[in-house]
Amino acid sequence: MSLDKTDVEKIAHLARLAIDEADIPDYARDLNNIFGLVEQLSEADTSDITPMAHPLDANQRLRADKVTEVDQRETFQAIAPKTEAGVYLVPQVIE
Amino acid sequence: MHNKTLSELSTSLHNGDISSVELTQHYLDRINKHNGEVNAFITVTEDKALEQAKVADQQLQQKTAGPLTGIPLAHKDIFCTEGVRTSCASKMLDNFIAPYNATVVEKINDAGMVTLGKTNMDEFAMGSSNETSFYGPVKNPWDTNRVPGGSSGGSAAAVAAKLAPIATGTDTGGSIRQPASLCNLTGLKPTYGRISRYGMIAFASSLDQAGPMANNAEDAAMLLNAMAGFDQRDSTSVERDVPDYTANLNDSLEGLKIGLPKEFFDKGLDSDVEATIEAAIKTYESLGATIKEITLPNTSLSVPTYYVVAPAECSSNLSRMDGVRFGHRCEDPKDLTDLYERSRGEGFGAEVKRRIMTGAYALSAGYYDAYYLKAQQCRRLISNDFKQAFDDVDVIMGPTAPTTAFNLGDKTDDPVAMYLADIYTISTNLAGLPGMSIPAGFVKGLPVGLQLIGNYFDEARLLNIANRYQQTTDWHKQTPAAFK
Repeated sequence: MSLDKTDVEKIAHLARLAIDEADIPDYARDLNNIFGLVEQLSEADTSDITPMAHPLDANQRLRADKVTEVDQRETFQAIAPKTEAGVYLVPQVIE
Repeated sequence: MHNKTLSELSTSLHNGDISSVELTQHYLDRINKHNGEVNAFITVTEDKALEQAKVADQQLQQKTAGPLTGIPLAHKDIFCTEGVRTSCASKMLDNFIAPYNATVVEKINDAGMVTLGKTNMDEFAMGSSNETSFYGPVKNPWDTNRVPGGSSGGSAAAVAAKLAPIATGTDTGGSIRQPASLCNLTGLKPTYGRISRYGMIAFASSLDQAGPMANNAEDAAMLLNAMAGFDQRDSTSVERDVPDYTANLNDSLEGLKIGLPKEFFDKGLDSDVEATIEAAIKTYESLGATIKEITLPNTSLSVPTYYVVAPAECSSNLSRMDGVRFGHRCEDPKDLTDLYERSRGEGFGAEVKRRIMTGAYALSAGYYDAYYLKAQQCRRLISNDFKQAFDDVDVIMGPTAPTTAFNLGDKTDDPVAMYLADIYTISTNLAGLPGMSIPAGFVKGLPVGLQLIGNYFDEARLLNIANRYQQTTDWHKQTPAAFK
């Protein structure tokens, strides 16, 4: 496997990351090296092995369906880059 | 004053030999004097510290104080601290004032401890040398041309340079143990789920775990007592009683069965480090332990497995940093995609971007089975190796890191070489087991750490094993010359 410039641009977009054109060759080289390392996994025999998601194989804990959190909108929006009338502002999405 | 153990400090505070305000001021003075040499702190919370110290002094006078009341500490800048910048060493969160406390911070506040400030780290805990920080690299107090290890490098340097008596750290692939090893500290990564992750900025949620970074095992046990416990707010927190971790520190090691995995003494291990570790094992034999060679046959899979699991989880966790609700936002975004892409592009450093992209690719359509699923299966194989090993032995020992501290800049151009610095620590996180690093000697003036790996929830046993060693050796008492 070898990732080229187009692949890196596509991955960066999937990850919503603007990267400098000039840095693309370095990212391509590094990602190829990392996936070169990861390639070793294909040699492991994992037939009939259950994937491990939690080290103690715990299940998601459930809680009673009760309100436990109070409204902290003002506290949380105090650190937001841009808000107005209690909502977060972003560039217009719908024309 | 700064060479005392936590229990000595506690006794002095309770006897009234010193006040918490005096002790806190002593450490603040040391930070002012020495932080420039090591860059261990991102934020020093002088005023808040002195306020907390005053409250502690009242409790000490009223005899309502606990064993940790009035003792200062430093928090890794990954723990949310209400009203105080919590940057995760990233430009992205340079302006982020946390609106609440992490559970760990809350519990430590409740124990009456005094927060001196927030320590430097690798950006979002991604790194093994503390060189990816937006605030510049941390220097190793033992040789300021060398790295302190990472990602909890600031916490390690702060405790090693005696700028704080103890600190918190987090460990996703070795981030407590490897810097502890490189800076001559006692660092403990508990069992996954033992300490709440609530308010601890997430890197890889199935691996992240907080723990103490201390001068000795007893100090670590005292802080772990305050940190551990079930938390409703962390969905992976484990409901299980917390023992008193100081209760069994002096138990005999007679008959202790130590396993030495042959894969940990393979090529790649520095021969002087190996000799140091072997000498430490001999000390354990003299304390009544027996040694058995064991095998963890899937050890070689641990680094590649980790570099799928951790980036995949980080790419998901870090998607919350989008320039909308908090953190860095780019100037004049032309549309929503531009807002996301430029805010994130400007806010994250190169290593964080590399890992996000690695994770995004591994999780992208058509690749999930080949990467993430495969890695989770390999994770099971690694975990099964440990299960089998613990049928025969009580504790596993080996080196924490393959070498002593390397020079600043040595590995920054080669991410894969940097990743291999964690070759002996990563498997413990993948299995979710507790692990420690303790000072075991020096090679050319640089510290070497001995790693102890225990079975699930065996933290008390590990601390006991570490403490008995520290009663017969004095490696952990050595202080770097410039910071005595």
